Amino acid sequence: MNLRVNGVTHDLGGIDPQTPLLWVLRDHLNLVGTKYGCGISQCGACTVLLDGEAMKSCLYPVSAVGSAEVTTIEGLAGRNGELNSLQKAWVELDVAQCGYCQSGQIMAAEALLRSNPNPSDSDIDEAMESNLCRCGTYIRIKNAVKVAAKRNSVDEIGG
Amino acid sequence: MGKLDYTGISEIVAAVTGERQLDDRVGAAEVVKLDRREFLKLTGVMGGGLMLAFAAPRAFAQNGTFQPNGYIRIDQSGILLYAKNPEIGQGVKTSLPMIVAEELDAAWNDVEVVQSPINQSVYGAQFAGGSMSIPMNYQPLRQAGATARTMMVQAAAKRWGVDSASLTTQDSHVIQTATGNKLSYMDLAGEAAQLDVPNENDVTLKDPKDFRLLGNRITGVDNESLVRGEALFGTDTILPGMKYAVYHKCPAIGGTVKSANIEEIKKMPGVVDAFALDGKGSAMELLPGVAIVADSTWEAINAKRALRVEWDETDASKDSWTDASNEAERLRHEDGRRVANFGDFDAAFASSKSQVSSFYQYHFVSHAPMEPQNCTASFKDGALELWAPTQTPGSAIGMAARVCGIQPNRVALHQLRCGGGFGRRLYNDFVCEASAIAQHVDGPVKLQWTREDDLAYDLFRAGGFHQMDGSVDSQGKISGWRNRFITFEVGGTPVSSMNRGVYPGGLLQNVRAEQVGLQWSHRCAAWRAPNANVFAFVVGSFVHELAHAAGRDHLEVLLETFGEPRPMGGGMHTGRAANVIRLAAQKAGWGRDLPQGRGLGVAFYYSHQGHIAEVAEVSVGEVEGTTKNRRGDSVDRRKVTVHKVTVASDVGPIINLSGAENQVEGSVVDALSTMMDLSVTFENGRIQQNNFDSYKMLRMPSTPEVATHFVEPGENRPTGLGEPVFPPLAPAVCNAIFAACGRRVKTMPISEEGFYIA
Ligand code: FES
Ligand code: FES
Repeated sequence: MNLRVNGVTHDLGGIDPQTPLLWVLRDHLNLVGTKYGCGISQCGACTVLLDGEAMKSCLYPVSAVGSAEVTTIEGLAGRNGELNSLQKAWVELDVAQCGYCQSGQIMAAEALLRSNPNPSDSDIDEAMESNLCRCGTYIRIKNAVKVAAKRNSVDEIGG
Repeated sequence: MGKLDYTGISEIVAAVTGERQLDDRVGAAEVVKLDRREFLKLTGVMGGGLMLAFAAPRAFAQNGTFQPNGYIRIDQSGILLYAKNPEIGQGVKTSLPMIVAEELDAAWNDVEVVQSPINQSVYGAQFAGGSMSIPMNYQPLRQAGATARTMMVQAAAKRWGVDSASLTTQDSHVIQTATGNKLSYMDLAGEAAQLDVPNENDVTLKDPKDFRLLGNRITGVDNESLVRGEALFGTDTILPGMKYAVYHKCPAIGGTVKSANIEEIKKMPGVVDAFALDGKGSAMELLPGVAIVADSTWEAINAKRALRVEWDETDASKDSWTDASNEAERLRHEDGRRVANFGDFDAAFASSKSQVSSFYQYHFVSHAPMEPQNCTASFKDGALELWAPTQTPGSAIGMAARVCGIQPNRVALHQLRCGGGFGRRLYNDFVCEASAIAQHVDGPVKLQWTREDDLAYDLFRAGGFHQMDGSVDSQGKISGWRNRFITFEVGGTPVSSMNRGVYPGGLLQNVRAEQVGLQWSHRCAAWRAPNANVFAFVVGSFVHELAHAAGRDHLEVLLETFGEPRPMGGGMHTGRAANVIRLAAQKAGWGRDLPQGRGLGVAFYYSHQGHIAEVAEVSVGEVEGTTKNRRGDSVDRRKVTVHKVTVASDVGPIINLSGAENQVEGSVVDALSTMMDLSVTFENGRIQQNNFDSYKMLRMPSTPEVATHFVEPGENRPTGLGEPVFPPLAPAVCNAIFAACGRRVKTMPISEEGFYIA
């Protein structure tokens, strides 16, 4: 079985097709940025993009991915390693406390901005509701999404 | 196996509540000068001959490396600072090195931070608990930085052939005041390394008013790695040839393995081995269960689902929340053991103008850190190497050694970032399990708890019950106060205790505190702001009830209880308390007119050396029919919206403003989440909640605005901020609910009384 992750095709050999994508990423591909939090699609720690849309990978069988492109937190930065606008905002606004939920938060935010580049407060609430942060960093997460969205739109106008 | 031994829980609880010394704290608060032997320990071989891979990200030449103590290492390529304590989200991996950098006069941009190894002789106590990282390390870390700075000045003076007094430092450089000539620390490292480390008395600390770095907003040192998804956490550990394990214990604690379908499990795909472990009788170390070792986490979890164990539950928990609540309902009418008694409560109560009696209660809750417990272990040639996300690495080493039957000097531990702590990782049962499993596995093995394991085998914040009786006199002053506390005892020891009288113990005239314990088997322990996290709700609400009975403004009565500015026992100062209360009230606009259904509530609590006041602004909707609560009682359903929480904190000077503000906001969200809907209940010895679908934490749409204010510190020393903002939130919100709709909330979570947040 083949799996495309962050632009690279991996041969998964005879892996059990029922294996959730989360564990394929973490244990087979050593991409440990995607986290396990609950395993039942409740916390969002395992959020990745599937053809650009947010997907909780903990209940998603790897066989269901098919030819879709998987993007994980490791695949967000540019080719030269430059952080994308969300990652930059996350660093500058010092969003993280423990940081464990934040890969999933950033991936959920990435999916939001791809489909809705200028989200309102309630758009952000709705998109991010699926992601828990036990440390309670929601205020900064929301601000970081707004900062990133604003910068993207300025870049577009300017560039 | 017989009855479980709970030794060790209460020691850690007492230590993090400041009542006793923890193992990890022995030898704290001094800066150890490194001699050659210590230097080698830090840079290379240690404990059991195992190489510690903490080594610096860049290659440091031994020659020309300046390392005056365990916190600083400078050579031509840069400045490396060691963060000594576990990072659990409280920000110490950034804030502690900031203190060193301040006194060193290093430019923060020149600094790289790495986690230090565990070495008691060099670092003293290394743990994360009790909000003590800052207060315990502030002076020693200043000393460490200033020592290095002094040596840099000496090295430059020598090179230039001038007097040290003619030199200053700034931004990682020594500067000749007269000429403006500069030498960088990196350039001077080789010469500084040749000098003797000066005595403490020959080193001058900065005047805090000259601080350049402390008090600024500094972003977390791991931020970039975090947003790139780099391996940082315990659970991210990957080692060559590593296996993956899960461990299944009896859902009722104390149960032992009678039989299991182990042969069947061994045949499952990817399973390498499966075996039962007996446990060692200690509830804190290794409990009996079945281990499954596999080629991947998923195969291990999958096999765990197929595992069928017959448990011997003779000595297992029979804990029942229903039974406990019923028993508490009976006991609240009876006298308890007196733990504090000032004045004459009975006489004051009997002769008062008005009296109030209320029964408060709160459920058990779980720590539920976002990263479920895990630990990687490798046992080879009688030595154990651990990769552990723990809050108490020092204790972990001793416990793991005991479980494996080896000496602690045969154990090496790498401290890894923790995906949340909240007190859960003060206890190292997961480290013990991984260690015991590793003894059966060839090569390294990563033990991963599932979320279900993590909830079921938490060391819970215990529930509790308080029968409160109080009175006000004819002048409207609080004249009598009795707090009858019904708590739990685990292994014969109360899980929480009021023996210090508890606020407002020392402040009022006629006060009595009583305590009774119900027997309990599940482990209960320190949970973010232990004791304070529940007591604040009860006493902060009851003061408001008494103020209302007196027909007076709550703020006025609250301030009145503190009286003249004076120091009290345990570090509280009534003047600092009144200050933050006034500040929070003023910033929140106390007393202004609010629309129907909206209210302000105030509360204060002193804990972990922090004086904190909070004002919540809340709306409560009309009754929307009824709903059934967890007990099956029918209650009125009502919507609560928390618009804004204003927090005034006095924790002395702020080290990192960004981190401090984050802790305040996070504590408010955590406290709101917990008071709204978090509850762990037990029946037949088993926890009734499995996962986040039945243990529902707050999400983004319910998050209030938080306004954070810190008071001018004056002469006070900095204290910790991981915990003290948590306690006042629940009473502030409940008092605001009362102001908004006239309903007094007496149960946490408040969903038990029909409230939901939106
Ligand atoms: S781990 Fe997938 S949603 Fe929690
Ligand atoms: S930062 Fe800790 S769970 Fe979100």
